[in-house]
Amino acid sequence: MVPKPSSADLNRADLYRTVRLIRRFEERAIELVRSGVIVGGIHPYIGQEAIAAGVCAALRRDDFITSTHRGHGHVLAKGADPARMLAELAGRVTGLNRGRGGSMHAADFAVGILGADAIVGAAAPIAAGAAWASRQAGADRVTAAFFGDGAVNQGVLLETFNLAALWRVPVVFVCENNGFATSTRTGDAVAGTIVGRGEAFGIPARTVDGMDPESVYEATAEAVARSRAGDGPSLLECVTYRFDAHHTFEYAARPRYRSAEEVETARARDPLDIQGSRLSGAARARIDAEIEELLAEAVLFATGSPHPDPDSALDYLYADGTRTRSGVG
Amino acid sequence: MANQSYLKALNRALGDEMARDPAVCVFGEDVRSAATNVTAGLLGRFGPQRVLDTPICEQAFTGFATGAALAGLRPLIEYQIPALLFLAFEQIADQAHKVSLMTGGQARVPVTYLVTGSGSREGWAGQHSDHPYSLFAHIGVKTVVPATVRDAYGLLVSAIRDDDPVVLFAPSGAMRRREDVDFAEVAPVPLGVGRVQRPGTQVTVVAIGHLVHDALAVADELAEEVSVEVFDPRTVHPFDWSGLAASLGRTGRLVVFDDANRSCGIGGEVVATAAEGMRLIAPPRRVTRPDGAVLPFALQLDRALQPSREQLRAAILASVGSTQLAGAAHG
Repeated sequence: MVPKPSSADLNRADLYRTVRLIRRFEERAIELVRSGVIVGGIHPYIGQEAIAAGVCAALRRDDFITSTHRGHGHVLAKGADPARMLAELAGRVTGLNRGRGGSMHAADFAVGILGADAIVGAAAPIAAGAAWASRQAGADRVTAAFFGDGAVNQGVLLETFNLAALWRVPVVFVCENNGFATSTRTGDAVAGTIVGRGEAFGIPARTVDGMDPESVYEATAEAVARSRAGDGPSLLECVTYRFDAHHTFEYAARPRYRSAEEVETARARDPLDIQGSRLSGAARARIDAEIEELLAEAVLFATGSPHPDPDSALDYLYADGTRTRSGVG
Repeated sequence: MANQSYLKALNRALGDEMARDPAVCVFGEDVRSAATNVTAGLLGRFGPQRVLDTPICEQAFTGFATGAALAGLRPLIEYQIPALLFLAFEQIADQAHKVSLMTGGQARVPVTYLVTGSGSREGWAGQHSDHPYSLFAHIGVKTVVPATVRDAYGLLVSAIRDDDPVVLFAPSGAMRRREDVDFAEVAPVPLGVGRVQRPGTQVTVVAIGHLVHDALAVADELAEEVSVEVFDPRTVHPFDWSGLAASLGRTGRLVVFDDANRSCGIGGEVVATAAEGMRLIAPPRRVTRPDGAVLPFALQLDRALQPSREQLRAAILASVGSTQLAGAAHG
């Protein structure tokens, strides 16, 4: 019998703080994209914050996650330093990955972030393998694998569902169904259902309100408890909506796949307000001010940090320091 | 000293490393029953938690090993068919290989990918006969192709102990080789260090994998006419360029004997590198599979597309002949 998550475990203010942190981080990052400090753009997480906040609130510091190309929220919610995250987006040596990863590949092993993956669905087996190895080592660590609705048609994800169920791997599969695989609607790409894919492998699966951090937290806590108890994987389909662009390139390219009205309608259920309404106005304002200060410092830290030395471009290519030939001479 | 097979060398190396390091585990299809015999006896010695039969899902179990490595294990995956690497290519080339750089050195992925029986095994046709080591060298994954029983043992030990992903291709053409060897006396063979398998003074033949043995045989046949040095790089990435330069310093002539498709094969890289900055007194030559070859089924056709001893012999004689003419012109 899986123990029910206790409401005492839930800190409403902390959940709001995380949602707010992610929202404002993304807005500040978009400013830095527009001003050219962040090169290559980002995939904004705006609108989906409840999922990262709710999932990671149900995880311990030593639990693992794998993330996606739209991963800033996961990384921040799991506990990475926002200043070092922003420095990573800006390609600075003080970044989480020393400027070698960028927006799509942030990792921080110190807090269990095994890395963000830019190939849709490809991190799922990595998450499952890490989870399995944790159990082999006798730890009760759980791994959460984030992916989007675009991943549910990838063979590697379905292969991983099979392996995880077969070997009762302590992994929580978190599908963020934001309605679109880039511009293709979920309904135009997915036969059957997302939870049905989990159920087909005997994986407990449920659909969750992905705009409500507390709903996500409760569902994740139940799934995590199941994994810690040795009862294997779970699948959560968190239904959400991406308020901003697939990628900041959309600001110029302006692809036509949804109307402004549709986005406005979706914004009526903003996770920031859903969680914010659960706090007093004063408490909310206090947190907002904290976040502003934190991010102002993060921007200063990131923009004031040095760029990497071009001569170090091949550093870390091999873990053992092997040096291979340069491209000239 | 016992007479041992190449296959036994791989099996012994894997067993020895599993005994030495509890982090080493094995994933693959039919590894418990040891369909290829590489994993024979390991289930009994190390148990089902370290020897895992996977469902047929190359992408997932390859990524699974990456995750297990990130969490502290040192997995080896066996692929029974070289073409399975194409299925797993994204997980090796784009995931495992990129972790170290993309994380800024936070993590390492010590996974060994063992291909038991690469290249033609006669009669296994188009989808079981590739020998795609050049593909991994091109991407930058550490890639080893042992030719001898001793090196099969020593290189697999090093591959397992290496902190980066390593692909080890065991050529079908070398699997039945036997040598008198005491494995307890064999030191790990460092990656990236080639070996002169036969010294010579007139032509360097760079031979890879099972072709080392064919090159040695041709060198012996030609011994009366030409002094052939056989250089076995053993690792195709990173390549032992200084070893090659030293050999060409002695001979000045180069023939590459490479069981890979010609265009973009490692043989082309060897020739290009030699031409850029090593001692060459004759045009370098390659004996390879044809461009973009797919090995047909019928034995005569299969063999027709693989580099042969006859082709090597002709290339060696042409190399020496071209410089003898040049030498004559110089008086």
